[in-house]
Amino acid sequence: MTTRIVELRRGILKKNDELAAGLRESYAKAGVLVLNLVSSPGTGKTAFLERTLRDLRAQGMRVAALVGDLETDNDARRLAASGAPVRQINTHGICHLDAEMIGKHLDGWAGVELSGLDYLFIENVGNLVCPSSYDLGEKIRVALLSVTEGEDKPLKYPTMFNSADAAVITKMDIAGPCGFDRELALKNINEIRPGIRIFETSAKTGTGMEEWLGYLAEARGV
Amino acid sequence: MHELSIVTSVVESVTESLAAYPGARVLEVRLRVGALASVVVESLEFCWGIASEDTPLEGSRLVVNVLPVVIHCAACDRDSQLDGVQSFRCAQCGEPCGEMLQGRELEIESVEIDEVEETA
Repeated sequence: MTTRIVELRRGILKKNDELAAGLRESYAKAGVLVLNLVSSPGTGKTAFLERTLRDLRAQGMRVAALVGDLETDNDARRLAASGAPVRQINTHGICHLDAEMIGKHLDGWAGVELSGLDYLFIENVGNLVCPSSYDLGEKIRVALLSVTEGEDKPLKYPTMFNSADAAVITKMDIAGPCGFDRELALKNINEIRPGIRIFETSAKTGTGMEEWLGYLAEARGV
Repeated sequence: MHELSIVTSVVESVTESLAAYPGARVLEVRLRVGALASVVVESLEFCWGIASEDTPLEGSRLVVNVLPVVIHCAACDRDSQLDGVQSFRCAQCGEPCGEMLQGRELEIESVEIDEVEETA
């Protein structure tokens, strides 16, 4: 027997990264802007997305959503009320979405073609840790944080906020009663991801939605 | 929480690359993991035994080399290594830095194997 060191220098998530690269290419070819929404459970991703889908549809945009949860299709039913096509992905215990799940659910999605969409939203499993490692081929990763969660969330989960392209603060309508320290939250997000675009929103009252929709239009290059 | 998926990918990937070394026994697998990769080293080690069971990697050691975050400062054009992951500011001039050069790696660096010698 001889001992030998074999240099591999290979990405552990290479398979996911390759699948994600393929998806990214197909999104670009179809001309659809894809966003991946990540946050803790309870931040209000679904409410924020419901509002976004509804507002974009009112502008005449063609939108669709994939939504990940461990179990139940509750979120898909909520989002479908916007009139947009929505497909639920149940991960059955897996704490994140990966590129393979996205590919599988895009294939054979009755009535939905990527080329027929302006925006595709992917609502990830509520988890601020694991989804950060898995590229879904998205153009924009959006990290959400609600006013009820504590201003130090970005410091506690730096990977997620650092890997995000945009940050959304949700539930701004109850910021006052929650004693939310806005300045501190903005400072913490900027400490982890300097220069990131931050949107202060309320899905309930519509606060900040105009700016958010403007950003989406800008990101599509229109 | 996803450490078991990560080590399972490592086992699959190493097993695949061992096809070139039939019968080889794996002694050690070395990983490079960035400080901002969001994985817990202890969990990787804990899951290693489970994930490698009944594979050519069973009984091997897992060595995880953690890489600190390195950022590039656009203001002063210098690189700095961060002590932690709580503040992304240039160590020299204090400016916030968005550009990361190192810190998110999740890589298999190398594998140490015991090779079966060819018998003529």
